Amino acid sequence: MLEVKNLTKVYDGDVQALKNVSFTVKQGEFLAVIGLSGSGKSTLLRCINRLIEPTEGQIIWKGQDVTAASQDEMLLIRRKIGMVFQHFNLVSRSKVITNVLAGRLGYVNPMMSALNQFPKSDMEMALAQLDRVGIKNQAYKRADELSGGQQQRVGIARAMMQEPAMILADEPVASLDPVLAHSIMQYLEKINQEDGVTILCSLHFLDLVHRYADRAIALNDGILMFDGSPDDIDDDKFREIYGQDAERVG
Amino acid sequence: MKKRSSLPRSLVVGLVTFLILVVYAYGFSVTKINFEETRSERRLASLTRILRALAHPEVFEYEYEIVDVQVPFYLGCPEGGVETPDIDRSQAFIELSGYCAEPKGTLTVAGYNFQENSSGPINFIGFSADAPDGVPIQMESFQADAQGNFEMEVTVPNRQVKEDPQAIRATGRVRVGTPELSRQAIITWEKIVETVFMALLATTFGTMIAIPISFFAARNLMSDIKMPLSNISLSFVGWPLGMWLGLQAFQLILKLLNPLFDNFVLTLAGTILMPVLAFFAIRWILTNSKESGVSTLTDQLTNTAYTLGAALLVVISFLFLGQLLLQIGDYLTPNKDVPLYFLRLFVYQFGDILSMLIPAITALIGGGIIGGLFGNFGQTISDKISPATGKIINLVITPLAGAAIAILLMMGIDWFYQFNNTAVTLIWPAAIGGTLGLVVAILTSPKQPLPIGIILYGIIRTILNGTRSVEALVMAIVFVAWVGLGPFAGALALGLHTVAALAKLYSEQVESILEGPLEAVTATGANRLQTIIFAVVPQIIPPYISFTMYRWDINVRMSTIIGFVGGGGIGFVLQQNINLLNYRAASVNMLAIAIVVATMDYISSNLRERFV
Repeated sequence: MLEVKNLTKVYDGDVQALKNVSFTVKQGEFLAVIGLSGSGKSTLLRCINRLIEPTEGQIIWKGQDVTAASQDEMLLIRRKIGMVFQHFNLVSRSKVITNVLAGRLGYVNPMMSALNQFPKSDMEMALAQLDRVGIKNQAYKRADELSGGQQQRVGIARAMMQEPAMILADEPVASLDPVLAHSIMQYLEKINQEDGVTILCSLHFLDLVHRYADRAIALNDGILMFDGSPDDIDDDKFREIYGQDAERVG
Repeated sequence: MKKRSSLPRSLVVGLVTFLILVVYAYGFSVTKINFEETRSERRLASLTRILRALAHPEVFEYEYEIVDVQVPFYLGCPEGGVETPDIDRSQAFIELSGYCAEPKGTLTVAGYNFQENSSGPINFIGFSADAPDGVPIQMESFQADAQGNFEMEVTVPNRQVKEDPQAIRATGRVRVGTPELSRQAIITWEKIVETVFMALLATTFGTMIAIPISFFAARNLMSDIKMPLSNISLSFVGWPLGMWLGLQAFQLILKLLNPLFDNFVLTLAGTILMPVLAFFAIRWILTNSKESGVSTLTDQLTNTAYTLGAALLVVISFLFLGQLLLQIGDYLTPNKDVPLYFLRLFVYQFGDILSMLIPAITALIGGGIIGGLFGNFGQTISDKISPATGKIINLVITPLAGAAIAILLMMGIDWFYQFNNTAVTLIWPAAIGGTLGLVVAILTSPKQPLPIGIILYGIIRTILNGTRSVEALVMAIVFVAWVGLGPFAGALALGLHTVAALAKLYSEQVESILEGPLEAVTATGANRLQTIIFAVVPQIIPPYISFTMYRWDINVRMSTIIGFVGGGGIGFVLQQNINLLNYRAASVNMLAIAIVVATMDYISSNLRERFV
């Protein structure tokens, strides 16, 4: 479903974030992206929905060349790709429900949404999504009144409002404690299994990778080092990904 | 090592000290510092007089009971002396030590039977053919004791000696009744109200204009805007063309509708009918607009037709509304004495403002529609057509766009300098603009996104910085020439300066928002406008409110002195009072300024704390 071909990203000042990365993702897969901080995980995820313009290479999504899409086409591609962030990226002063409804912006009438008017069906959908992540009763609070775990659930609900075919999760649990991390990962797992949404999730902890991912790819300094089942990451592979001095934790 | 360097080191220190001394010495001479003057008796006397006057603001005034007593007096003693006049001692009276004196001579004036504690001037009254009632020259002022008596030595003024009798008059005054607000206090009150409202209007309208501009002056929002050359070129051709067409359309509509405006009923009917039609047209567009990117050509054409129609209906609605308000306002204000005149006049003014703005709005709508259409077409060229063809198209349209921009710019410059020469105003700019366009078209590839956003950002920032560097006081001088003396000119000047200053401050707030929410909303497939409304606006509301309050504070302060250049408000009377040496009145004005500024300061800082 998603095919990344020879993707290269060079930032201003000749910083090579991605070097010739190629891989494919099948429909309904739960793919973990691992690697050290600064290895290019975030850049890779953001290149897929072109929040960051790739320098070279091609991204084919559902048979469409994302890298060649016009601005209007890009909006239509983005709305089918949900995104979840490490720092949740909610609009903290807005209500929870408004944050969730923002997920519908690619679908609704632009003029009406500019006036903060959403169809009734979208309102119901927003409440249903909040219910699904267990915080329906918080819907009319301000987003910054919620705890970290709750905020990330709002982030997931927002992504789900897009009725996505794929979710890009950029270290969704890195700012949460281990218990909350599992609860968030379980929501993602549920979405993956029940709704058949493909998930690309960058992760730090290998135990989370083992527990939730079908497959893992590893980046080191922008180079794809590994592509296969998480179970195949033995100690040698681990050192290759994380460097010779690394030690396994967790 | 250290020791050896100490001599040159101290030489350098000495030299620097000497240089600093020279700089300050020159500064003293340039600023004409002269403390000798400050100690001179004449200066000290006038300082004392002014400070004392300032310490006695003329806020209240009293009614006085006045007793005038006058005795004949000869300036220059005639030969044989003068007789002592008969004096009625039953009432208040004055006696002089002599009833004649040489100019600059002294004599004693004694007064009796005045009202206790009364005070007033002792005047020399000079009679002449020109002034049969006499011209008073104050010699001294007296203060009667508890018995109503006084005795003072006075100096006779240095006037020409006359044979005819002159007079010396003592005017005793006693306050009666309760104090009343002085005329000056009432004027001050009126003017300070004018001042505060001047600041309010300038801040309100300045804010309204500054907010949209601030988004275009924010680097983080503008740097993402990149377009292929064909889009940019066609937009640049489309905007002025659309604005011109809009203006033409407006004039045509005005011509067609003008006969209707003579009839009040028809105007009223139009004001009701047109917005209803506009509403339905807009609703049709809203309900029928397809998701972006999936519409067919027919859909797009129908949509454009409806958009044009709706825009037309909106313009006509405003036209009707403006005319209706003008007519109602005219009817409501037969003269200035009707109750609530200001509210009635506001109806008229509102209609007038609306009627004045409609051509500009029409031009903008026209520019927006045509510019947008052309831009979309340009985008399509870049997206759909092969690079080679695109390049050829660019080679044609970019020089055209360059020429159009250059000619428009030159038209602006020509307005100031009046060249009266088509070679300068038309041919040269067209040639230069066209050549530049050609160069750009050759150098860029047709699909390459160009950073037009950051260029626009640079232009807008430059204009804002330029406008901001001109003080409102200076702007007021120009506006006074345009709209005449008074608070309107001041409000316009303050408003313009507010736009420039606030747009800059606001845009810096936009630049400092968190990028995360912006990224998240963009990732949902929201378009630019949606992203700004959902991710940017909620973040900037508190700082925007805070800066608006801050500016309102500044505007109140500025509006108190903008009257110095004729901009109305309290500054106008303050300057007059200072020029007339009426320091007690000026003191009232200053007191009012101090109170208002302090209050504003307190309110605004209080409100700002609440929002930040």
